[in-house]
Amino acid sequence: MSNSPMILQMQNITKTFGPVKALTNVNLEIARGEIHAICGENGAGKSTLMNVLSGVYPSGTYSGTIFYDGKECNFKKIKDSEELGIVVIQQELALSPFLSIAENIYLGNERQKNGVIDWEATRADAIKVMQQVGLQENPDTKIMDIGVGKQQLVEIAKALSKEVKLLLLDEPTAALNDEDSAHLLQIIRDLRDNQGVTSVIISHKLNEIAAIANNVTIIRDGSTVGWLTNSKENPLDQDELIHKMVGRELTNLYPDHVSHIRDEIFRVENWTVHHPLDQQRVIVDHANIYVRAGEIVGLAGLMGAGRTEMAMSIFGHTYGSAVSGKVYVHGKETDTSTVQKAIGAGIAYATEDRKGYGLNLLQNIRENALLAALTKHSKHGVMDDGVERIAVEKYRKDFNIKTPSIEEQVSNLSGGNQQKVVLAKWVISNPDILILDEPTRGIDVGAKYEIYEIIDQLADEGKAVIVISSELPELIGICDRIYTVSQGVITDDVQKTKFTQEYLMKGMTQEKTQLKKVGE
Amino acid sequence: MSSASLTPQKKENIKKGSVLASFASNARQYGIVGALVVIIIVFEILTGGLLLQPNTIVQLIQQNAYVIILAVGMVMVIIATHIDLSVGSLVGFIGGCIALLMQNAHLNWFLAIIVGLLIGLLVGVWQGFWVAFVGIPGFITTLAGMLIFRGLATTMINASIPVNNTSFNAIASAYLPNILGWWGPFDGLSIVVGILAIVAFAWTQLRKRAKVSKVGLVPEPINATYIKIAIASVVIAALTFEFASSGNATQGGIPIMLVIVGVLVFTYNFILTRTVFGRRVYAVGGNRRAALLSGINTRRVDFSLFIHMGLLSAIAAIAMLSRLSSASAATGNSFELDAIAACFVGGTAVTGGIGTVPGVVIGAVVMGVINQGLSIMGVDSALIQTIKGLVLLLAVAVDIMSKRKKR
Repeated sequence: MSNSPMILQMQNITKTFGPVKALTNVNLEIARGEIHAICGENGAGKSTLMNVLSGVYPSGTYSGTIFYDGKECNFKKIKDSEELGIVVIQQELALSPFLSIAENIYLGNERQKNGVIDWEATRADAIKVMQQVGLQENPDTKIMDIGVGKQQLVEIAKALSKEVKLLLLDEPTAALNDEDSAHLLQIIRDLRDNQGVTSVIISHKLNEIAAIANNVTIIRDGSTVGWLTNSKENPLDQDELIHKMVGRELTNLYPDHVSHIRDEIFRVENWTVHHPLDQQRVIVDHANIYVRAGEIVGLAGLMGAGRTEMAMSIFGHTYGSAVSGKVYVHGKETDTSTVQKAIGAGIAYATEDRKGYGLNLLQNIRENALLAALTKHSKHGVMDDGVERIAVEKYRKDFNIKTPSIEEQVSNLSGGNQQKVVLAKWVISNPDILILDEPTRGIDVGAKYEIYEIIDQLADEGKAVIVISSELPELIGICDRIYTVSQGVITDDVQKTKFTQEYLMKGMTQEKTQLKKVGE
Repeated sequence: MSSASLTPQKKENIKKGSVLASFASNARQYGIVGALVVIIIVFEILTGGLLLQPNTIVQLIQQNAYVIILAVGMVMVIIATHIDLSVGSLVGFIGGCIALLMQNAHLNWFLAIIVGLLIGLLVGVWQGFWVAFVGIPGFITTLAGMLIFRGLATTMINASIPVNNTSFNAIASAYLPNILGWWGPFDGLSIVVGILAIVAFAWTQLRKRAKVSKVGLVPEPINATYIKIAIASVVIAALTFEFASSGNATQGGIPIMLVIVGVLVFTYNFILTRTVFGRRVYAVGGNRRAALLSGINTRRVDFSLFIHMGLLSAIAAIAMLSRLSSASAATGNSFELDAIAACFVGGTAVTGGIGTVPGVVIGAVVMGVINQGLSIMGVDSALIQTIKGLVLLLAVAVDIMSKRKKR
């Protein structure tokens, strides 16, 4: 073991995916025995960096050097990094729900003799590491029978069983409630103080970072843009952190548009949604929003803030459990408890997950675009070929869907054109209220601009448009008004005059305890 | 900033991609038709010209009617990512019910058929309920159904119940009456129907083309339409010749079974391609989540599918009972597998979302011709089964490999 004060040095890491640069000359230095936080917006490249370090992307697929314990490392696979005591705990937990806690802890690392598992050793050793993380459960309990918070602890126990020296946690508290989060953070502190485990934590929750981190590295658009320290004498400057996270210049990527805002046509009151499996967890907390005809309203929040969950729960209760609150369309209280009812009330929801929830990739443009309005284009249950083709052909032209024919399979289209098909599907259903969830995710700049034009056009037709996006510049560029969401609570209703990334980010990172609820 | 326009090269790519894609998406259909033609020619030669004898063809239809009837329902079920294992047992069970009604309760044969169809619908409601509203996978529900209805059939029928109603038994073996008399050696009605079929086909093709250009879209090249019409005319004419000269001294022409199968194939093809319900079936099968989020009541679709399957099982039961002139506990054994095999040979995707009625009809005919051809050649029936198994494996392997290449 070397005596270098740095346990890890990553130098000039550059990683590309095809033409896209995910990381550009990233530098990261982690001191031995510290808790180091990595901050950045969605898509800044934090998770990519973790994957480079752990060997998910093998040495050779990126450029730059990694020094661990003073030695240069070229990890070919995850096992290589694990052997040196580097363990990554992913955001999506990698536990097998049907196996017991003990079995999961030693999964892939079984206590065995000649291929026969030594169950006594497995249980005894499991109890030992479980005690270290304060997990009081029977080691034979199945993973699916314990909560997410405890599952997170199992992951850490698993890391400890591999004699972890450097623990990487990707948004460990994103899925946890306050109590579980606090407990988890304490465990991470204890590991540092009692066992000398160094931790790297990726998190969106700034208060959490202020509470736990010794040092912070900030990544923006795939590059390291700054370092901050945090101690009792020199507490973290959250404003500076936010500024560094978002500090990019706005360029003219958005069409000029003047909205003609008319009467309110959509209002949601006291909307509360709980997690579909864990009814104790509040995902959306007494949200109040309204949208007027001709208005484009943004919903800004970090990953896991509850934006999509709120939209989907409004749209036919397709997310969550114990949904409560009221929806008003054109001033009338409206039942939106099934998708059919929501569509009938004039609401449309275009999903963030095009391929998973938006399109039938086996069918062509015509069949996809008509899916939400089949009965409107039929007589006595028989499809009217002509009317159908005219309707879809119109939007192929209007939305400039680049395809030789509407009979083209949607799987052959680019992401931008697929997104236009999704939009066409909802526009054909002729809604008054459109909720567009990440309408420009994963599509190129030119297509983005066209999508913005379509959004503007819909607003001009007098529709109420809600746009959910992780890209603040996009929301600032196209919206008339933005609601900020943090941990399921609407924290602010920001007028256009006050649009700055810093201001919005403050609303998006407010902690639950200090939240003021809008509209109360 | 202006919206991005396509570079010429990109445009070229799109064009090429679409031509290839449309070829690829049709290639599976063309491929199986080509395979059928090859199989027919090979067996025609191997059997010394016996395969295409008029009466052999009539026999082929009468023997394989049940497969086609079950397969047109099965393909919808498989498109929607389910499967129905109970149809064979249902053929036995419903056949037993109808036989009992006619022989023991002395019910009029026509009324017995109606009751049989109603029983089929009821069974469909039963199985649809468990799948759609309780959420038990179709595989399990219909596996249970397979045991339940086979058991009921066995209890009810004991050894066998002979059916001696001549009207009922005529369904599977008789021909449409020669109302237009014999024109030389040919049945007049067959010839008239054949000519009408050619005219109708040509008319629908041209009308479809006209409709497409009327809404401002570019139709397929007119030559392609003419070639299609020409090929179809030759095939229909050949079949017309076969049917017109089929039968014996007293009757011949169009088998009643062909009419029943034809009506069902036509109807279900229409349902699947032209109706809202059909579109929903494909949507549910292609991406259930997306269908749900588009406002489609996926439960109702599932429920309806099993009702259709129950009805078709009842029709297959009637065809089978009429053909065998007796109900036995074993009737319909492994019919579900014949139907499923026809679907997969006919290009239905194992993972759902893709499949057509014409495809599975061709799939059923491929299996039927292989069966018939080998039987004429005197091949042992056990060996025939082995060969059919290999054909199924090959067909699906080709399907999966062609998909992999596309990626």
